[in-house]
Amino acid sequence: MGLELLNIFILLLLVVTALAALRVRDLITAAAVFGVYSFLMCLLWAEMGAVDVAFTEATVGAGVSTVVLVATIFNLKRKSND
Amino acid sequence: MKWISLIPVFSVGALLLFAAKDFPEWGDPHSPASQSPVSSHFINNTGVDTEVPNMVTAVLADYRGFDTMFETVVVFIAGIAVLAILKGSGRRPRGRHRSYKLEAEPDLIVTYTVRLVVPVIQLFAFYVLAHGHVSPGGGFQGGVVMGASFILIALAWDLDHALVRMSLPRCMVIAAVGIIIYAGIGFLSMFMGGEFLDYAELERLLPVSREMARYYAILGVEIGVGFTVASIMFALYANLSSEGRLKGGL
Repeated sequence: MGLELLNIFILLLLVVTALAALRVRDLITAAAVFGVYSFLMCLLWAEMGAVDVAFTEATVGAGVSTVVLVATIFNLKRKSND
Repeated sequence: MKWISLIPVFSVGALLLFAAKDFPEWGDPHSPASQSPVSSHFINNTGVDTEVPNMVTAVLADYRGFDTMFETVVVFIAGIAVLAILKGSGRRPRGRHRSYKLEAEPDLIVTYTVRLVVPVIQLFAFYVLAHGHVSPGGGFQGGVVMGASFILIALAWDLDHALVRMSLPRCMVIAAVGIIIYAGIGFLSMFMGGEFLDYAELERLLPVSREMARYYAILGVEIGVGFTVASIMFALYANLSSEGRLKGGL
């Protein structure tokens, strides 16, 4: 029952971060929210026992791809008034 | 218009939810995936065939080694594609975008922490790579952790500081060497009389049994994957963060 609750909590947070990544105006913030999303997926996989997949998600999804996204966004010209 | 487009979104979502009801329960032993002869074959024979306790690693690097080899090639091609697009594209004058002076001095606290942390990260990368037989991990994860340690150096100081340690030509050579190691082990087992990537035939070169030959060949293959992934991850960051100019901070 405890695991069930944890699953539901993580899944709800997943939906919230996915919507937040879409709604947020700033691209850097969106990249950071995507990192949070990846890390929640990693938690979910580790909880289901797929530890190899969870490890890959944590290193590639939450780690390197977020850094690469931020590095790319820094080189974009940002035209925003807010 | 916006509201009309919501109708297909919600109908497709409802269809997907409706279909998800037919999925088997999580961990159900009677689901089609668990009952197929393939998974029970791997579960029963991995320990007998290869002496590798972690089934995921054995399946990844041995049973479907051909697939993993070309996954590594895909990573390599992705690195080359980014290089080909960005190399020389950032030469034109940028106007006001890059006219300001970049940060003067790297932060003392950040650089000191990175100095402490990077050796631990790199040691952990080697552990993950070499311990992939027993615990989760393997060449791909170890390589990514290794590449991340170089990215951390580039973030804390600047890109030049990291490129002194790992220049881009060296990156590409190491990436190619990784694939050559992988394919070389495959061809070696071919010359020993087996099929491509049939590691068991390597027992004639190694003073071990057929099972342990597969064990060690998996380790060799993982090292090749780790080489390629680590260097391509850093090459991707180096090119993307500087638009192919390979200098300056973020």
